[in-house]
Amino acid sequence: MKFQRLVLACLATLALGSAQAQLTVEITGAGANRLPVAIADFTGERIVAQALTSVVRADLERSGLFRMIDAGVPLADSATPPFADLKAKGADAITGGTVGMAADGRYEVRVRLSDVLKQAVIGNQAYAHTGSQLRATGHRIADFVYEKLTGEPGVFSTRIAYVVKSTGRYELQIADADGGNAQAALASREPIISPAWSPDGGKLAYVSFEAKKPVVYVHDLASGRRHVAANFKGSNSAPTWSPDGKKLAVVLTKDGGSQLYMVNADGSGVSRVASSSGIDTEPRWSPDGQFIYFTSDRGGSPQIYRIPVTGGAAERITFEGSYNVTPRPSPDGKSLAFIARSSGRFQLALMDLATKQTQVLTDSAKDESPSFAPNGRMILYATEIGGRGVLAAVSSDGRVKQKLSVQAADVREPAWGPLVR
Amino acid sequence: MRALLPLALTTLLLAACGSQPPAPEQNPAGVESRSPSGVSTAPIGQGQPDAFDPTSAAALKDPRSPLSKRSVYFDYDSYVVKDEFQSLLAAHGKFLAANPKFKMLIQGNADERGSREYNLALGQKRADAVRKALALLGARDEQIEAVSLGEEKPACTDASEDCWGKNRRGDILYSGEF
Repeated sequence: MKFQRLVLACLATLALGSAQAQLTVEITGAGANRLPVAIADFTGERIVAQALTSVVRADLERSGLFRMIDAGVPLADSATPPFADLKAKGADAITGGTVGMAADGRYEVRVRLSDVLKQAVIGNQAYAHTGSQLRATGHRIADFVYEKLTGEPGVFSTRIAYVVKSTGRYELQIADADGGNAQAALASREPIISPAWSPDGGKLAYVSFEAKKPVVYVHDLASGRRHVAANFKGSNSAPTWSPDGKKLAVVLTKDGGSQLYMVNADGSGVSRVASSSGIDTEPRWSPDGQFIYFTSDRGGSPQIYRIPVTGGAAERITFEGSYNVTPRPSPDGKSLAFIARSSGRFQLALMDLATKQTQVLTDSAKDESPSFAPNGRMILYATEIGGRGVLAAVSSDGRVKQKLSVQAADVREPAWGPLVR
Repeated sequence: MRALLPLALTTLLLAACGSQPPAPEQNPAGVESRSPSGVSTAPIGQGQPDAFDPTSAAALKDPRSPLSKRSVYFDYDSYVVKDEFQSLLAAHGKFLAANPKFKMLIQGNADERGSREYNLALGQKRADAVRKALALLGARDEQIEAVSLGEEKPACTDASEDCWGKNRRGDILYSGEF
């Protein structure tokens, strides 16, 4: 059984390696108290079930919050788990499942999660999927287990966007949160930066230089169609969506200097948000929609400020150091991820907005573009390892660390997509 | 020879510089409309190897003319045009004043350190500094568009001060070159 799983894992790795520009994830640090959990092989279609459970195990393991315990034998959802045996192995929870073929040719998967110590069912779930949706079902099962055991939504079914730069070519790619299933939404010979997900996960706004200057586009992922959202005289950049998905905050230079504006998502109705004599850029809405966080050099050095969306005075948020940029409020609005420079190193930092306490989360030197997972647990960011651009993720407590890289190319400008139910 | 730009092209360029949201699907104001094929400045100036008019189009590519120099370099985290580039900008300002049909794209650049978007804004400040200097010298606003390429188009890719200095610059492009 173990050998079979190993062979399957190797085949899966080979398949991934042959796909172009596949993002691979490497775990470089784990949480202190990982929950011991067993994901038994599901009964039913053997190959399908094993491919499914390997996705579930890899997802949970990658989160850094779980430690996998070998269940030993396959377990159907309806069967009583070998609780005594599992308890002896140290497992706190066990998942069993059954895979079957429905009349319409789709697979049906039934899953049961049980508490080993209480010997009680925690939850049941059923899924139907086609063969090509196998990985998606695996991610949904992992989300189910994650949410039941941690009380937070899982983000294994979400997607990430990022830019891959190879020689003379830029691709805006979309992949599953585990780096699988990567697809290029846009390929260009000119740079692409600052992708931003619409709140419904259906669109990306980004900056493309294909017109020899920065222009903001909105790109519908399902249809592949896009439109210009801001192309005024001068530069157009740093798009970000309002929480209701109706507006974009952008940075324009049409009236002199890099300044904050708002436009409707279709590009109509431009209006000014703030005014300064210096640089105002990198706007980001607070999750409650009340404030816009941004970077400004109005005080002499680049620092983070926030301004009420309805107008008013800007409030300075960062004070330590002479370079604090790229503000990203957490999904619960309680903390702020940003990039801080100290001793020539650019590092990802996290500030508790109530206490203003700040923690540097990384030991790298060229961190950029932080992006929260929609449950707030992890922060994805770009950094450099060995002269090459890679993506990395770190948990908001700094313990869990992952590296995501593509062979022979630079990866940068990550944006973690929203939860889509 | 001076009327290099057909009127239609001038109109296209004007259109490309204006605001135009929302643009038609899949047909953004792209580089295509800015650099149509068939526009060339190559033959100009041939047959007159010993003299050139500093306000003629020929001077733009004549290595003897300051107009053939197109880059202005800046210090780290700075957007002040240094004295050594004032005479270069004076020549370009005079050229624009004497050639009102010519348009200029100024592309500001930044070195790679730090945030891409903040570097885009720094590059814009450099492009704007060049634009303002040219405006003082007689160039008209509608002739010039100042944009930024941020850190995205480095002239040099080593991680050294020498190299970063080459990337902190404003580049001047004339009609037909962008």
